[in-house]
Amino acid sequence: MRRQAVGYGLVLAGLLVAPFAGAYPIFLIKVLCFALFASAFNLLLGFAGLLSLGHAAFFGTAAYVAGYTLKNWGLTPELGILVAVAWAAFLGWVVGALAIRRKGIYFAMVTLALAQMLYFLCVQMKFTGAEDGMHGVPRGKLFGLLDLSGDLAMYYFVVVVCAAAFLLIHRAVHSPFGQVLKGIRENEARVRSLGYDVERFKLLAMVLSAALTGLAGATKAVALGFATLVDAHWHTSGEVVLMTLIGGLGTLVGPAIGAAIVVGLESTLSDKVGSWVTVIMGALFMACVLLFRRGLVGELAGLFRTRDLAQQGSVEEKP
Amino acid sequence: MSEIFGIPVPVLAGQLMLGLVNGSFYAMLSLGLAVIFGLLNVINFSHGTMYMMGAYAAWMLMNWLGVGYWWSLAIVPVVMALVGIAVERLFLRWIYHLDHLYGLLLTIGFAWVMEGVYRDQFGSGGQSYPAPDSLAGVTDLGFMILPDYRGWVVLASLGTCFATWYLIERTRLGAYLRAATENPRIVQAFGINVPLMLTLTYGFGIALAGLAGVLAAPVIQVTPLMGSNVIIVVFAVVVIGGLGSILGAIVSGIALGLLEGLTKVLYPEASSTVVFVVMALVLLFKPAGLFGKEE
Repeated sequence: MRRQAVGYGLVLAGLLVAPFAGAYPIFLIKVLCFALFASAFNLLLGFAGLLSLGHAAFFGTAAYVAGYTLKNWGLTPELGILVAVAWAAFLGWVVGALAIRRKGIYFAMVTLALAQMLYFLCVQMKFTGAEDGMHGVPRGKLFGLLDLSGDLAMYYFVVVVCAAAFLLIHRAVHSPFGQVLKGIRENEARVRSLGYDVERFKLLAMVLSAALTGLAGATKAVALGFATLVDAHWHTSGEVVLMTLIGGLGTLVGPAIGAAIVVGLESTLSDKVGSWVTVIMGALFMACVLLFRRGLVGELAGLFRTRDLAQQGSVEEKP
Repeated sequence: MSEIFGIPVPVLAGQLMLGLVNGSFYAMLSLGLAVIFGLLNVINFSHGTMYMMGAYAAWMLMNWLGVGYWWSLAIVPVVMALVGIAVERLFLRWIYHLDHLYGLLLTIGFAWVMEGVYRDQFGSGGQSYPAPDSLAGVTDLGFMILPDYRGWVVLASLGTCFATWYLIERTRLGAYLRAATENPRIVQAFGINVPLMLTLTYGFGIALAGLAGVLAAPVIQVTPLMGSNVIIVVFAVVVIGGLGSILGAIVSGIALGLLEGLTKVLYPEASSTVVFVVMALVLLFKPAGLFGKEE
């Protein structure tokens, strides 16, 4: 436990000094937003065992809502983001209520289909700017006081948002609520027989995951100043699965690491290889499924565990 | 000119015909999905990609080798079956023992790879493919003008669907297939080569998708992304119909295609979303799907 706290502290310290070590704040902001997105997604897949292929809808539409409220209503950034989070939570509740009526693979198909519907709505609605996207979202002043127009100020705001959200996820996973979710993942019938209302837990997990995904999308829209259809497209839903898989499904830090890898790869590759980015991402996806399903963090943890066991002698010998 | 709901009959009939054409593709694709899922327990996301590859295969045969439509109709399904067999042997068979979700994820990855390759080769814009001369004309049915090719597409896909249904429900081979769907271990114990059956079934499902691609090539723009767009609609169709029944897949595919056509006339803005709305309604009132039994 203490080792974990030290680890988190080191990461946070690293993030705080990163801009001075030569990293571009805008790039870091993008990585952080996707890291939060992937962690929120992993809350659902990694802990409750529910594969949603519709998370791009929460991410993308929350970005539009935040952008719209900042641009047209003149809300301050924190209020705009809050409205977007409320919207994403509501959407998560609607999509979740429909999708949890089916299990397993059908759940994935239902979420994908509903997200596609929302994508088409985004294409048709006037205020999203359709193919052109929504541009010129002002960053505004935090609480009406702190000017966020500088990239560095914006970056630290994003760090605070992501750290708070990550702590919330950490807390949720280690709470009784998180334990019940893991129970549902391992054996749904058993949890039901213990008297838990499985549907309610699933729905709650969905709402929480959608709200945090919305937080990521809204923050990204505010920080980058635009929201586009790409964020709502099903490819983004697929990408977040990929991030989670690469980093380690069901681990706490894995998805964030996976997000950094995927965003980093994409931004280095995109101007060099064109449409081959999709090919490389697809191949990576297949490799993850076929070869290392535990992901980076999962594989590493496995290595350490075997080493620890070898040092301590076998666990079975203990009384 | 006669009207229904204030809409001229030829317009209504024309859109319904287009809906029927789309519905035929939905039916062929969801049929393939259902057959593959039944035996392999894999939701084949790359089904749409295979449909796209089928359409491009016809285009390549025509433009690079000068092979015409009718030959493509015979060659492409065979080629696509071989592609399917290769995919099953190389990738899918390693994940049968895992959760169904991994099959879906693996095939999403494959779809991305193929889409990227085709986009690199052909660009994002569409290619057009001409209908064969013998079907390029139109027939005046009195109440509407029917392009011959659309009529042919509907007949050909209905014929294919019926043939598939017959093969699975009425022949000995189909009986093996249904038995292996119920309980592969026992069927294997009876001396039937189940792994081979899995491979061939996947190949067959992909051949169906390839055939649908060739049939579709003259009526739509052939683009690298046509597959993943259609497959998500087909997923909704499958949720509505349930994967358990062959006939259910065919009927719901065609019905939803017709509904889409009808919406295009009555309220065009909703035509791209209507299938998903129906899916939501079905989930509310009959969660197991119209023809499905809960797994």
